[in-house]
Amino acid sequence: MSDVILDIRNLTKIYPGGLKALDDVDLQIRRGEIFALLGPNGAGKTTLIGAVCGLVRPGSGTIHAFGHDMLRDWRKVRGRVGLVPQELSTDMFEPVGRAVAFSRGLFGRPADPARIEEVLRSLSLWDKRDEQIRNLSGGMKRRVLIAKALAHDPDLLFLDEPTAGVDVELRRDMWRQIGVLRGQGVTVILTTHYIEEAEEMADRVGIIRGGRLLMVDDKQAMMARLGRTEAHITLCDPPAVLPPEITRYPVRLEGNDLCYRGGDGSGLGKSEVADLTKALIASGIDYTAIEIRESSLEDIFVDLLEKQA
Amino acid sequence: MSAFNYRGAWAIYTRELMRAMRTAFQSILAPVLTTSLYFIVFGAAIGGRMDAVDGVAYGAFIVPGLLLLTLLSESTSNASFGIYMPRFTGTIYELLSAPVGTAETLAGFVGAAATKSLVLAAIILVTATFFVDYRIEYPVLAALYIMLVASAFSLFGFILGIWADNFEKLGIVPMLILMPLTFLGGTFYSIDMLPDPWRAVAFANPIVYLVNGLRWTFYGSSDVDIWLSFGLTLGFMLACVTAIAIIFRTGWRLRT
Repeated sequence: MSDVILDIRNLTKIYPGGLKALDDVDLQIRRGEIFALLGPNGAGKTTLIGAVCGLVRPGSGTIHAFGHDMLRDWRKVRGRVGLVPQELSTDMFEPVGRAVAFSRGLFGRPADPARIEEVLRSLSLWDKRDEQIRNLSGGMKRRVLIAKALAHDPDLLFLDEPTAGVDVELRRDMWRQIGVLRGQGVTVILTTHYIEEAEEMADRVGIIRGGRLLMVDDKQAMMARLGRTEAHITLCDPPAVLPPEITRYPVRLEGNDLCYRGGDGSGLGKSEVADLTKALIASGIDYTAIEIRESSLEDIFVDLLEKQA
Repeated sequence: MSAFNYRGAWAIYTRELMRAMRTAFQSILAPVLTTSLYFIVFGAAIGGRMDAVDGVAYGAFIVPGLLLLTLLSESTSNASFGIYMPRFTGTIYELLSAPVGTAETLAGFVGAAATKSLVLAAIILVTATFFVDYRIEYPVLAALYIMLVASAFSLFGFILGIWADNFEKLGIVPMLILMPLTFLGGTFYSIDMLPDPWRAVAFANPIVYLVNGLRWTFYGSSDVDIWLSFGLTLGFMLACVTAIAIIFRTGWRLRT
C-alpha cells in the first residue's frame, strides 16, 4: 500500500523479568490520518510508541517508516518523527524559545527563528518565549513539549496522552491544534485515556490490551459494527403481556419502562425506535416519555475489554 | 540527512555550555577558588619554606599537579552530570528519539565538558601567576596533553553518568577514587621523594603517569617517561570510546 507511512509487523517486546509488553503486534498507519490507540494502563501503548521512536529495543519484528527500515535507516526515519511524551520531561530551567530551538537543531534542521516563532504562536507560547519552563503552568508545559516535537516539522507525530492533566479549555485548544496539523498533512498517532478525545478526532482507532492489538478499524465502521441504540419508553399502563408487534423488536419490560437495546450504531437503532413507538400506538399502548441514547466509543471500548478479560 | 548530524551535535554542545553559564559559580568560580586556595596555602605560604624539587621551586612544582587535579575532577563531573541529568529528569527521550548517534552525542556532551575543563585550566594557569612563578617549557605539548587529559576524563565521566543510577554513585568515583589517587599521585611531591616500598607502590597508581606527563611539559623533567604518559592517556581515551560505542550499540542503561 503506497499510502502506508508506518508499517509494524510481528512486533514483540518482553521486558527483563518476563513482562510481555508487546505481543506480535501488526499495525499499519496511513499517511495523513489521525490514529488513536486506546487501552488501559499497562496495555503496551507507550512501549509501542517507544519502539517506533527508538526508546525501546524490540525483541522481534520489524518497523518500517516512510519506506525505510527503522533499524537500518534510523537517521532518515527519526528525522521525520516527532514525539510528545506522557511525562512532562524537559529542562525546567531553560527558556521556552531556546528549548524549542534546541529541539530543531537536535533533529538536524537549520536554525529558523521565523519557524520557531510560528510554532510558538500557534501554541500561544510566543509571549512566554523568554520564560523559564518551570514558571509555566502544567498545561503550558505540555504545550512546550508539543512545540518541541513540532520544531523540526515532523511528518509523523506521536502524542502520548497529550491532554493528560490539562483543563477542558486547553484540551479543546489542543484538539484544534491537532486538527491544524491534520490540515498540514501531518500523520498523528495519539494514545489517550479520554475516549471522547478519540471520538472527537480520530479517523481510525486501535484497541490494545496486554500487549495485543485487539482491534483496529475506522472509527465510524467500529461504531457502526459495535455500536448500539438504547431507548427507555415510559409506558402509561404497561400490559401484562407484550403483543407480537412489539416483541419483534429487541425489547424488555422493566417495570413501567419498555427498554429497547439494538441497532448497529449506523442509525438503524433510531429508525427502529421510531417504528416501535408507532407500533405501540397502533397496539393501543400509550407512553409518557422517551429517552434515547447511542452507545459511545467508550461503551464499545469498555464492552470489548470486558469481553476479552 | 548526512552521516554525521553536525547540527544535532552543535545543539547539544551549545546547550551544555549554556547550562554551565547558568551555574557559573558552581562550574567555574568554585573550582578556581579552590585551586587558588591550594596555591595560597601550598604555594605562597608553605612553599616558601620548602626546598626546590628537581631544581624547581616548590610553589611552581605543584602547579601541574593542581592543574591536573582540577582537570580530572571537573572533566569527570561535568560530563557525568551532563548525561546523568537527562536520564534522571527523563529528557533523555528527546536525545534517544533524535537522529543523533554515538559520534554526535560524544561531540556534544564530551566536547562541552572538555571545553569547560580547558577554560578552567586556562583560568587556573592565569590565576597561578598571581601566587607562584612558574614556566611552561613545552607549551604546545602542554596544551595537547591538557586537551588529551580533558577529553579522556570527560569520556570517562560520560560512562560514569550512564552507569550511575543515583546521585550518590555519581559522586563516588570522583570523590573516593579520583581525588585520593590524584593526591597520592605526586601532585604535591616527587615520587623519588618516597621511601621504598612506597615508591614502587606509587607507580601502580595510574594518576602518577598523568601528573608526571604534564609536569614534564612544564619543566622538562619527571619521574616517568613522557611517552609512556602520553601512551597511557591515549590508551585510556580509546578504551573509554570503545566502552561508549558498546553502550550505544547495546542500549545499556539508555534504552529499555
